[in-house]
Amino acid sequence: MVPTNYYVILSAVLFCLGVFAFIFKRNVITIFMSIELMLNAVNLAFVAFSQALGKLDGQVFVLFVIVVAAAEAAVGLGIIILIARNRQTLNVERVDLLKL
Amino acid sequence: MTTPLIVFFVLAALAVVGAVSLILQKHPIHSALSLIVVMVALAGLYLLMGAEFVAAVQIIVYGGAIMVLFVFVIMLLNAGVEEHTSLSKMAGPPGLLLVLALAGFVAATVARSGASVQATTQTGALSSTKGISEMVFKDFVYPFELTSFLILVAILGATVLAQREKT
Repeated sequence: MVPTNYYVILSAVLFCLGVFAFIFKRNVITIFMSIELMLNAVNLAFVAFSQALGKLDGQVFVLFVIVVAAAEAAVGLGIIILIARNRQTLNVERVDLLKL
Repeated sequence: MTTPLIVFFVLAALAVVGAVSLILQKHPIHSALSLIVVMVALAGLYLLMGAEFVAAVQIIVYGGAIMVLFVFVIMLLNAGVEEHTSLSKMAGPPGLLLVLALAGFVAATVARSGASVQATTQTGALSSTKGISEMVFKDFVYPFELTSFLILVAILGATVLAQREKT
């Protein structure tokens, strides 16, 4: 039996790696992937607590998170295609129309 | 050291290595493949916890549908190696500091509340797929129906965004 703390710590590590990727990466697709990584880390914590408490609510929440992530991926990738079509780049630093 | 603990450490190491590889890889397609490794490792962890339905959904929806969409868009846009300007290189150290602060905060919270949550119950007896279906279609039926609207709006949004403008 694996202690719940181990899962929570792994979830925190993955979340922090996702945050760092979000800050550090410059390609808009990779930034989007780091958001997915953070969602996955939170899902792991949900399932771990669901198992620890012996209730299934956490696993149902994970299903909803996955549904929202799928919807987000569809719309977000549409936006990325628009950015690439209008700006001819995927680098977020070159998408600076609002900058003075 | 028992067998579940060994399996846990192998899968956890796989997930962390995949996440680090996502950060280190320069090409987006390599980052996407690293993310697939993370997701498969997490599916294995769900199986280890006895959440077999979530594990299956993780493989099918995340590892299958969403990542195929990512790889498809990367190839459609012909995304190349990412470029770092001198300004973006400056974002590394402060970002690392912020992430370390966040990690410390999370670690402090986990350490403080560690004693309260212990893995006492064994979910092997808890029939998870049947239980989830009962919860989704009884307790969470309104949120479940709302997600269908969300998916519909997402389909419409993606279609409207990706179509070429008529002149």
